[in-house]
Amino acid sequence: MIKVISPGFYTSVQDMGRIGFRNQGVPTSGCLDSVSANLANLLVNNTNECALLEITMFGPKLKFLQSYAIAIVGAYMEPKLNEKVIANNCLIQVNANDVLSFGKLKKGVRAYLAIGGGIDSSKILSSRSQFYPITTNAKIEKNDCLTVQVKRNPTNQLMNASVANKVDFYDKNKIQVSKGPDFEIFEKEDLAQLFNKKFSVSNNNDRMGYQLNELLFRHSKSLITSPVIPGTVQFLPNGKLVVLMKDGQTTGGYPRILQLTELSIAILAQKKVGDEFYFELTPTINLT
Amino acid sequence: MARFKIIFKEYGESAILLEWPKKIDESILADICNYSEILNAKNIKGITDINVVYASMLVNFNNQIIKASELVDVLKAVYQNKDSITFFKGKTIQIPVCYNDEFGQDLNTFLQQKNMRKSEFIALHCKTTYTVYGIGFLPGFLYLGGLHKKLFIPRKTTPNLKVLKGSVAIGGEQTGIYPQNSPGGWHIVGSTPLNLFNANSKLPTFLKAGDKVRFKSISKAEYDLIRIQITSNNYQFKEVV
Repeated sequence: MIKVISPGFYTSVQDMGRIGFRNQGVPTSGCLDSVSANLANLLVNNTNECALLEITMFGPKLKFLQSYAIAIVGAYMEPKLNEKVIANNCLIQVNANDVLSFGKLKKGVRAYLAIGGGIDSSKILSSRSQFYPITTNAKIEKNDCLTVQVKRNPTNQLMNASVANKVDFYDKNKIQVSKGPDFEIFEKEDLAQLFNKKFSVSNNNDRMGYQLNELLFRHSKSLITSPVIPGTVQFLPNGKLVVLMKDGQTTGGYPRILQLTELSIAILAQKKVGDEFYFELTPTINLT
Repeated sequence: MARFKIIFKEYGESAILLEWPKKIDESILADICNYSEILNAKNIKGITDINVVYASMLVNFNNQIIKASELVDVLKAVYQNKDSITFFKGKTIQIPVCYNDEFGQDLNTFLQQKNMRKSEFIALHCKTTYTVYGIGFLPGFLYLGGLHKKLFIPRKTTPNLKVLKGSVAIGGEQTGIYPQNSPGGWHIVGSTPLNLFNANSKLPTFLKAGDKVRFKSISKAEYDLIRIQITSNNYQFKEVV
């Protein structure tokens, strides 16, 4: 078991999300940066399906009540085991009563803490991802006790293994997108600036969506409510752009002009307020 | 049944969006629901869920199991070859609503603005059979079509920070039920004792796109009784025939 001494700024249990319930209005949820999360699970010999902790900006303080294999991948937040600095991107053995804490956020926004076996909270609608009101809480709270599934011993090969995100993962200023379903309702020339304008993350950003600071232009196109998915860029009538993230709602009425890939969602999820980037268009397959 | 021209669009890496003519229309919804029912019955490998909302359908799939282009071929073939049999038979469910002041906190202001008597309001709100055009916005929130014109009212200028679960409300040309406590800008006119969404059930909502609902005015005593029946798992949904 793992005891939460303090929860940090926003730490939640996440896995690959709730698949199959969008037709009931249930957001998918799941790790925003699935690339880092998968690497963390890999290090402790977990499958991708295992639930782990998504740690945002400012880390929690956790006490391990048993020995575990752990790994942290993603944002670098100066993790410390019993006050001694430890590294990201490698497997670490912790013992009963060891305390994990975090210092300053140095790189990225979200760190993923995987524990050998995976967190064993109860599944609701086939997922352990915390999302209120599907789960009782949106994030972990002080004094929570997190149970871990029966531990799978890491293989010897993994004991000295390390992983890393690609060199430019955090510094990448190009977010790959494809055209969204409503791209064509605007004039091509009007949307050209989408791909040569610099955009930046506003302080209105969370697991539901990222609003961008820069305005495109005002428009008056409204649509009959239709499905949206994580990574959809909605174009609001006042010119604002909102990138829907994994806790975002399942339907919307604003034009869906761009669509991020799963990798782009991961890259965006590691950007802080004010971080700048460009949208880079990738081709879509013509299906009709 | 008529065949419409559907546009297929690749949407992200694991969904196909199907667009019918962009209209809020019963015959379009019926065609989508019928098609969705056929697809569900065929159990096509890789499809994880089908989301019907007004005039479009989102087919979510696992891209490790099937490629988008292959799935589109399958979807097109099923649509072209479907015969005229109606597979989808929607149900009409009665939703009891208590319009007492303690629940319908905005009803009196609404009636003053409209210069309408409460009995007239309740009659208008309860006489329509509303169509479920989809679920979204919140888990279990129904997009209902069919509100009587006399009950249209602009949304509130200042939204409520907390609208209670079960609240029945009117905003613009729509009426709806809040499935959870949530902020909201619609006028609260009553409350239903029913749970519109139950996360602990395999099927969290008892309604789906294409179903219909009718509101029935109930007293506070009936409201309390139904709450007890629901809490003790003894409530049976009432179908309107």
